[in-house]
Amino acid sequence: MKNQSRWYLFFFLTPVVLWLFLLIVLPHIDLLIMSFRMENDAGDMVWSIGNYLTFFTEPIYWATFARTALYSILVTVLTFAIALPVSFYITHVVSPKFSGFLMLLLLLPFWVSELVRVYGWMILLRESGVINHFLVQSGILNKPVEMLYNDVTMILGLVYTSMLFMVVPLISVLESLDKALIEAAFDLGANMWIVLVRIIIPHAMPGIVSGSIVVFMLTLGNYLTPNLMGGKNSLWFTEQIYNQFIASFNWNQGSAFGFLLLILSSLIIWLGLKLSGQKLSKVVK
Amino acid sequence: MHTDLSVQNVTKKFERFIAVDNVSFEVEQGRFFSILGPSGCGKTTLLRMIAGFTEPGQGIIAIRGNNMQGIAPNKRPVNLIFQHLALFPMMNVAQNIAFGLQRQGCAKAEIQKKIDVILDRVGLPGFQNKKIDQLSGGQKQRVAIARCLVLEPTVLLLDEPLGALDLKLRDQMKVELKKLQAKVGTTFVYITHDQSEALVMSDYVAVMNKGRFEQVDTPQNLYNHPATPFTAQFVGDNNAWSGTITAMSDTRTTLVTPDGNTFMVNTGDRGFSIDAGVDLFLRPEAMVIQPDPAMDQLNRFEVIVKSILFDGANSRLLATPINSEKELIIALPQNRQFDHVRPLDKLEIGWHEASGICFPESEAQP
Repeated sequence: MKNQSRWYLFFFLTPVVLWLFLLIVLPHIDLLIMSFRMENDAGDMVWSIGNYLTFFTEPIYWATFARTALYSILVTVLTFAIALPVSFYITHVVSPKFSGFLMLLLLLPFWVSELVRVYGWMILLRESGVINHFLVQSGILNKPVEMLYNDVTMILGLVYTSMLFMVVPLISVLESLDKALIEAAFDLGANMWIVLVRIIIPHAMPGIVSGSIVVFMLTLGNYLTPNLMGGKNSLWFTEQIYNQFIASFNWNQGSAFGFLLLILSSLIIWLGLKLSGQKLSKVVK
Repeated sequence: MHTDLSVQNVTKKFERFIAVDNVSFEVEQGRFFSILGPSGCGKTTLLRMIAGFTEPGQGIIAIRGNNMQGIAPNKRPVNLIFQHLALFPMMNVAQNIAFGLQRQGCAKAEIQKKIDVILDRVGLPGFQNKKIDQLSGGQKQRVAIARCLVLEPTVLLLDEPLGALDLKLRDQMKVELKKLQAKVGTTFVYITHDQSEALVMSDYVAVMNKGRFEQVDTPQNLYNHPATPFTAQFVGDNNAWSGTITAMSDTRTTLVTPDGNTFMVNTGDRGFSIDAGVDLFLRPEAMVIQPDPAMDQLNRFEVIVKSILFDGANSRLLATPINSEKELIIALPQNRQFDHVRPLDKLEIGWHEASGICFPESEAQP
């Protein structure tokens, strides 16, 4: 009996362990080793932390990182600001029958690949796109305006891409919010703002934090949307990594940047958890 | 004494369903007023209209003479204790109580003082820093009451707050709530489907059925002089019996039941006529087992005991009259006098003419 259960455990755990080890741990170890290797003046590969130092000594690199991190935080905040009313509406305002339908509407766009969705936005926003066409036709604009390739459209694209990952955890926490709590707060003299700040947000905090972590990480690591919708000046840190690997063919530098991204983003999330007073173990539940 | 709450001709319809149908009542200052009715009778809707969460379709709700129409719940001088209390789990006891005071813009020191006083009053001194999930059911109850009372509302509305407690605690809280109300003197409007809660605590009880008030009276009058068959059956236990009137004289009426028993009933001047069908209601304690043969003005008949429902002081006999399938509940006094009674025994039962209550026959009777 005991042997059998051990065998079961072994059987089901093996694929997971293999997956983790072969596809995640092993490549990362390889990258980690690579990031500490550097060509010296003689052209030989030696151990060095030079790749990491480059990040801090070249302003273009850390400036890009800071920009990426700040914009990712901005995207997270904007996504939250839009997702909260949407989730509240779905869970507490419409009838339960209708809320399932609304959830489906939210999910539908995500059945399509991100690439296709980004191109969809591009068709809408480009100079010869749908929106320009209507604005010129209706006489609001004299000639079409280029709406793509700037920071605003990039943020718009990133918020749109992240929406679902904020809405789903928020809906799941708001579903457990007792309507009577909101009514009790009103009954005790609160207004909408107080109800939001003192009742709804504290209750939804675990969902807010887990949604924010997912959105922040996905945005920080996004390559497609900033690349396609951002302009020449909207450089994203993932593009720097890509450039090192593909354009400069400097895999050592690229892997150092990759690890820096991992460490710095983890640091920001740790800071976020500290500031909001949440525990990771509680949030991932 | 002036009126704290006045409800006049209030009606509320949900699509085609009439939840509250032309209800009017007034509650004087300092009263404990209960609305008693089965679930779905519209009592919660009525309470929510007074609290301001639902607007009445028609009619006027006034508090201390001020019309409440269009006034939001956060601007009304009433507070509501929710069925499941709705204490804020993200705050501790003191923060829960402070919530309303902060909305009124009280100073910090004053809030602190008021919390201490009200916690003392509800019997929970030193509970300020307890979390809500650390409290027992009865303690949560008291925090919910403190959270509302600290705001000194004109009227405190209570939506079956004892429903979630177990029986023992519920009995205890009934008495405590009554004492607390007497102490603070706030007007309470209490809704419940539990007739014992309503009878024990209230100064006045309104019996509500299908959106209408059947009777508004003191608990004693509701029990002893029910105005409608619904009240007679809903408030306290009652045996319903049907019969046909065969003779009338002054205030005494003779009626014959389908099983052939003939009873004299003191019907007063209810305006019955001969051959009319009536519903007769008899309280279990109105029936005396093996009455003294010398007793006068007694209706006597024989029953066969089916079973003995022992419940301490509230013990009863389940019995059927001879030649009948009708089951009657008869109070069984616990003075050991009837310890010999066994199922299938034949007993003589007697009841006084004045203790039976008659209503014109209705088809809806069970």
